[in-house]
Amino acid sequence: MNDERECLTLSAQHIQRNYGARIAVFDFTLQLKKGEVLGLLGPNGAGKTTTLRMITGNLAPSSGSIEVCGVDLLDEPQKAKAHIGYLPEMPPLYLEMTVDEYLRFAARLHRVSNERTTHALDRCKQRCGLVDRGKQLIGTLSKGLQQRVGIAQAIIHEPDVIILDEPTVGLDPNQMREIRALIQDLGKSRSVILSTHILSEVESVCDRVQVMHEGRMVLNETLAELRQKGANLETEFIRLTQNSQSITC
Amino acid sequence: MILVIARKELYMMFCSPLAWMLFASIQLLFAWFFLGRLDAFLQLQPQLIQIANPPGFTEIIVTPVFALAAIVLLLMTPLLTMRQFAEERKNHTLTLLLSAPVSITEIVLGKFLGLIVFFLGVILLMVAMFLTLLVGGTLDYGLLISGGLGLFLLICCFIALGLYISSLTTQPVIAAIGMLGVLLGFWVVDLVSSDYQGWIYLVSIFKQFELFNNGLMDTFSLAYFLLFILFFLVLTIRRLDGERLHG
Repeated sequence: MNDERECLTLSAQHIQRNYGARIAVFDFTLQLKKGEVLGLLGPNGAGKTTTLRMITGNLAPSSGSIEVCGVDLLDEPQKAKAHIGYLPEMPPLYLEMTVDEYLRFAARLHRVSNERTTHALDRCKQRCGLVDRGKQLIGTLSKGLQQRVGIAQAIIHEPDVIILDEPTVGLDPNQMREIRALIQDLGKSRSVILSTHILSEVESVCDRVQVMHEGRMVLNETLAELRQKGANLETEFIRLTQNSQSITC
Repeated sequence: MILVIARKELYMMFCSPLAWMLFASIQLLFAWFFLGRLDAFLQLQPQLIQIANPPGFTEIIVTPVFALAAIVLLLMTPLLTMRQFAEERKNHTLTLLLSAPVSITEIVLGKFLGLIVFFLGVILLMVAMFLTLLVGGTLDYGLLISGGLGLFLLICCFIALGLYISSLTTQPVIAAIGMLGVLLGFWVVDLVSSDYQGWIYLVSIFKQFELFNNGLMDTFSLAYFLLFILFFLVLTIRRLDGERLHG
C-alpha cells in the first residue's frame, strides 16, 4: 500500500468544480503513477480542460483534494507546482521573444538555477527539435513549431508530471508523429497526462485511458485491459458518450 | 522571482519600439517646455535681482516642469499599464505565470517593479536635464529631490491603479480607456479643489503631489500615496486570486 502511494505522482480525489449552478466537473478522481501516460478523452465541453486547469493550480476546485508528488496543491501551491509542467490548450507564448529567450524565462520562472539553465535549454531544444531555431522570434514560427516551443516550455524544468492539453492540434501528420514519439519518450521516466479527442493518438501512446463525459468519469481502464476484453476504444467511446447524452436530453 | 518577472517586463517593453518612442517623445516635450521656462527666467532676471530674496532656478524652472510632467505622465502611464494583465490574458500567457511556482503576489509585484524602473528612467532623464542648469548657477537640491520624489510616488500610484484596471479586462484598449477615465476624474477633483481648504483637497492626488513639488514633504501626503499604492496592489492580487477561485 505504501509502495503504491510512493510511486503515485499525481492524485486528485473527488474533485468538483461548479460555475454558478452549472457543474463542470463532478466527483472526478484521477491517479497517475510514475512512468505512466494517461489519455484523458472526452467530447468537446466534457470538462477536460477544466480538470487540467484544476490539477495545475490555475483554478481552485470547489471541493476535493489534489496532491502532486505527495504535496498538497491547495496548501502548498508553489511547492506542488514545481513538479508540474503544463501546456495549455493555447500555448502561452510571448511572440516578441526569441525561442531561447522565452525558454530561459520559462526556466527562471520554474526556479532552474543559472548553471543548469544552459544545459536544460540545449537538452530540451534537442528533444523538441528546435536546435536551429533558438534565435528565431516565436511570432515568425509556424503553428507546429510554436506548439513545440510550448511543449519545450513544459518540460524545461524536468517536472515529474507533464500535462499536455491537446498538443497535436493543428499539426501535420509528420509533426504529429514526432510529438507522439516525444510523449512516449517522456512517459518512460515521468508521468504524462494527454488530453485529446483523437482516439488513435491515445491508442498509440497511452498506457491508460480515462473518458470524461459531461463532467463525469465514465471509463477508467488500461489499454491492455481493453484489448483483453476485445473492446474497441472507438465503439466504447461512442457508446459511453452518446448513451448518457440521450438520458439528459 | 519578483526580479525575474520585472526583468521580463522590462525586456518586453524595450524589445518593442513602444518604450523607446515613449522615452523620446516624453523627453522631447519636457525639453521643449524646460527651454521655454529657461527663456522666461532669463527675461525675468533683471526684475528678480531687485527683489530681496528672489526665487531661483528651481522655483521658476524645475517646479513647473515637474507639474507639467505629472499631467503628461497621466496620459502616458495607461499606454504601458494597459498591457500588463489584459494582454497576457488575451495572448493566453497569463497561464504560464499562474502555473509556474510563483505566487500571485510575486507576479503583481514583479510587474509593478518593472514599470517603476521604466518610469524611474523617465524621471532620471528629467533630473539630468535640470542638472545642466548647474552650468549657470546653483540648484535648490532639497526642492529638486522633493519634487522628484513627489512625481515618483505619483507615478507609482498611477501604476498600481493601472495594474488593477488591467487585471479587470481582457482587452488592453479597454484597460487604457478605463484608466484614463479614472485619472482624468482625479484631475477634475484637482481642478475643483483650487486651494488647500475644505475636505476635497484631501482626496485629490494631484494636490498631494503639488505639496511635494512645492517642497513640503507632508506625512499626510506620504501616507496618502503609500496607502493608495497598497490599496490597488492588494485589489489586483485579490482580483487575480478571485479568478482562480471563482472564474
